[in-house]
Amino acid sequence: MKIKTENLEMEKKNPLALFYQFRELGLFFFIVILCIGVQLRNPSFLTGENILDMATNTSILVILALGMMIVLITRGIDLSIGAVIALSGMLTAQLVAANPSVNPFLCLLIGTVIGALCGMVIGVLVAKVGLLPIIATLALMNIFRGLTFLVSDGEWVSSYQMSESFVEIATGTFLGLNHLIWIAVLFCLVFFYFLNYTRTGRQIYAVGSNPQSAAVSGIKQGRILFLVYTIMGGLSGLCGVLWVSKFASAQGDTASGYELTVIAACILGGVSIAGGSGKLAGVLLGAILLGILNNALPLLNVSPFWQNGIQGFIILLAVIVNAVVKRRVERTHLLRRAG
Amino acid sequence: MEQKKQTYQPRTLETNLPFSWKRLFFQWEWMLLLILVAVLLLGSYVSPYFLNYPSLRDGTMVFLDKALIVFPMAMIMIMRDIDISVGSTVALSSVVMATLYTSAGLPMEVAIIACLATGAICGLINGLLIVKFKELSAVIVTLGTMILYRGIAYIILEDQAAGGFPEWFGFFGWGYVFGIPFLLIVFAVLAVVFGIVLHKTTFGRKVFAIGNNPTASRFSGIKVDKVKVIVFMLAGLLAAVTAIFLTSRMGSTRPNIATMYELDIIAMAALGGVSTAGGKGRVLGVVIAVFIIGYLQYGLGLINLPSQMFLIIVGALLILSVAIPKLGGMIKRK
Repeated sequence: MKIKTENLEMEKKNPLALFYQFRELGLFFFIVILCIGVQLRNPSFLTGENILDMATNTSILVILALGMMIVLITRGIDLSIGAVIALSGMLTAQLVAANPSVNPFLCLLIGTVIGALCGMVIGVLVAKVGLLPIIATLALMNIFRGLTFLVSDGEWVSSYQMSESFVEIATGTFLGLNHLIWIAVLFCLVFFYFLNYTRTGRQIYAVGSNPQSAAVSGIKQGRILFLVYTIMGGLSGLCGVLWVSKFASAQGDTASGYELTVIAACILGGVSIAGGSGKLAGVLLGAILLGILNNALPLLNVSPFWQNGIQGFIILLAVIVNAVVKRRVERTHLLRRAG
Repeated sequence: MEQKKQTYQPRTLETNLPFSWKRLFFQWEWMLLLILVAVLLLGSYVSPYFLNYPSLRDGTMVFLDKALIVFPMAMIMIMRDIDISVGSTVALSSVVMATLYTSAGLPMEVAIIACLATGAICGLINGLLIVKFKELSAVIVTLGTMILYRGIAYIILEDQAAGGFPEWFGFFGWGYVFGIPFLLIVFAVLAVVFGIVLHKTTFGRKVFAIGNNPTASRFSGIKVDKVKVIVFMLAGLLAAVTAIFLTSRMGSTRPNIATMYELDIIAMAALGGVSTAGGKGRVLGVVIAVFIIGYLQYGLGLINLPSQMFLIIVGALLILSVAIPKLGGMIKRK
């Protein structure tokens, strides 16, 4: 009901409300302006090669951001994904180092299963035991990271130990596009269908926007939470394999702190940490924006040491602007209703 | 009928309850004390150099620096918030201090004051953002500032280390007063001060009230925003104090110091019985928990166990300490 009335009011063409409704469009224009700016400073930015490069480098972020989006929609958060990436990547890399003839598809499958198991542990702790997601995943981040160091004994698996077919997973191309791009596109399509056209997908939104009424309407909240964290874990496990294959090395501190980048992509894309809202298009644009920033800053001769600071600043700016705009919109709604 | 009565019973503050022997003995703190004894015995079992006074005394220097932040963190968690930017605040204030001394050539005393000011400002920014933008939640605000503060530290110092402090500065990290490490004395004083503030003053009462019911406390005239900003500022300030001790002990600083401190600190507070759902917690429990985790880390270091084992143990302890009360509740309901 609420959504319907809001839409009706939006039709009255309040510029701010329009902006809020088409926030993805705003983000899109920001990206376009950014691209034009960078292009003017460095003409090698918008070449076909560089664009493909950027897309390849952003693919893993996109896949992870999709999973993080559904976690955030249910009012949760997952800080353990960097550690899950490292753990699944390390185990798969060790497997490949031990017997190089392993089928690459089997590697992807094994990585995904390892990640999904990790995700299930989180799911049980959050859904059944009722721990706060931030506490549970903070603790499991440490445990998974520690396990990675234990199984690797502090050693790296480097490129010469990996078979060609394994490295091919993330470096090979199909129809001129890198495999990573294809995988990311595939997941985007699957998630688009899953979130918008399946019952479970809609239930995820319902649990996040109002847990009580979701429970009253017969949605098994525990099952949804468990599912969400398992999907997130599975995606992180898959990305672990992709990561190791792409960089051709597995280390104890692989992807350390990467969860922050993923969460940042979601928040830039307009996913609310309070749950219940978030669109795939927004998350995709958020991830692309971060990908472009990572690619453009070196091209603009910005010192790599500035990247963290700029990223943090942009995240804070984005969430604050978002909050201010949302408040204005709600106030005008209230005023209109009063008058 | 009976069940209904129970669900509507208001939560009473612990100090309001009448005295009873049963409650005196069934307290989380006794449990913690047992764990601490077990850790100490385990330590003496695995290493002959563990359980004696000089060893235990000097061992505190390894872990007490971060433990200073645990008091404001407990307050923040009691108010149902969380602050995951404290590790970055430690790094930023340490880097500011070192840069002002080495590059700007200011006297060390001024640099130390600047360090404290940096920490307090970081905490103030956290607090103001959280209070002004309530829809954002403390998680997201401190996540953003966590990246931002460490980012600024990297901008200032890049991948360099800064050090070469005057000799007297080493006193913070290594000094003794009457045969007791200076850090231990500071910790003890802070424990007493925070214990009194949290349990015996109106300010502490307000903190608990906010954690129990933020809306009700605002309607009963508590300036919720003011209390929150003050507590977050305290967290930033003590992060700066930690930075002083840590920098002094290490003799130099880098932008990547104190990474993941927030986890250890949150684990200490949660193990100490501070409820992550807000409204509950005592300084005594937190102090015991600090020594449990600290001596565990120290003992593992003595027997040369890989430090990654410590990561796993802290993670497991954190989960257990928050899961046990929940599981207990689940069993009771059945």
